[in-house]
Amino acid sequence: MIAALTLLLVFQLAGEVIARALALPIPGPVIGMALLFLALLIRGGPGEELRQTSGQLLQHLSLLFVPAGTGIVIYGDRIAAEWLPLLVALFLSTFLALAVTALVLKALTHRRTKPTTEAGR
Amino acid sequence: MNPNLEEIWVYLSTSPLLGLTLTLLAYQAAFWIYKRVGFHPLANPVLISVAILACLLLATGTPYQRYFDGAQFVHFLLGPATVALAIPLHAQWPRLKSMAGPLLIALVAGSLTAALSAWGIGALLGGSRESLMSLAPKSVTTPIAMGVAERIGGLPSLTAVLVISAGIIGAVFGRGVMRRLNVSDHAVHGFAIGIASHGIGTARAFQVSEQAGAFAALAMGLNGLITAVSLPWIMPWVERLFAG
Repeated sequence: MIAALTLLLVFQLAGEVIARALALPIPGPVIGMALLFLALLIRGGPGEELRQTSGQLLQHLSLLFVPAGTGIVIYGDRIAAEWLPLLVALFLSTFLALAVTALVLKALTHRRTKPTTEAGR
Repeated sequence: MNPNLEEIWVYLSTSPLLGLTLTLLAYQAAFWIYKRVGFHPLANPVLISVAILACLLLATGTPYQRYFDGAQFVHFLLGPATVALAIPLHAQWPRLKSMAGPLLIALVAGSLTAALSAWGIGALLGGSRESLMSLAPKSVTTPIAMGVAERIGGLPSLTAVLVISAGIIGAVFGRGVMRRLNVSDHAVHGFAIGIASHGIGTARAFQVSEQAGAFAALAMGLNGLITAVSLPWIMPWVERLFAG
């Protein structure tokens, strides 16, 4: 687990350094993800330890958003003053983005590939 | 309060231990509820955890910054978790490659819809300029959205809250929207939720299936990429177009 975590941090660090050195607007971790993806393509896949550690980390990805989400307490006043545009824009725009992406992708892939569905919960 | 308890409270309220432990406890409680209701999307664990913690902070008068001093240890793990998304992405690579063209077109359509509709709907309803510019990047992952908001005249920390709200909305209602649109392909489902609801949508997509999760991770990364590059020059142009 420690070796896998170290590897993830090394890739994140490399991503941060590249983002800053080249003044890219993309966050370091996203570049780190791309770099690790390339490394996996070259190596042919992750080792067992990396697969397990990343599986555990991603299984509770939701938890990692809780501290930033709690920041809502700072914006009580603005949200109270502008709740209508903020709320309606958030809901409608999220639904529109979901629908447009899904419909475009569905229309373009419909005849070419057979959808595979797995049992979800 | 008995003086002894008061001393304990003074210690706890200044130590990072309390913020960190409360975050994990709130999440455990939220996840327990989520499991009890059979993983019903309305009982989204991020939503419930944030509600518990926000109530606690407001009730005890604790400043957010003091809470975050402890909670930042959890927040920090977002970085390595983002890097770890490369592993499911790699596992789905053959399917991703076979769909490259359609994915790119859907990416551009979805990304523009997410940013422009948020701005437009907010503008129609009389939102302030700062709020509108904080809304525009709401569908991309928090660090990118905050950077974009800063460059186009929004408030980065308000953006963080809006991003997380958009994530929760997509995670809660995404499956319902997909069912209504007759989408049964997990790849399409995952990609759409990753475009609209970034990491929180991706977390939810992984609960649907690994394939949905991998496509969501890809969508989140690509949407972050093109939003970071395109919004700083699209938004001033959009504003000028509608200002007159």
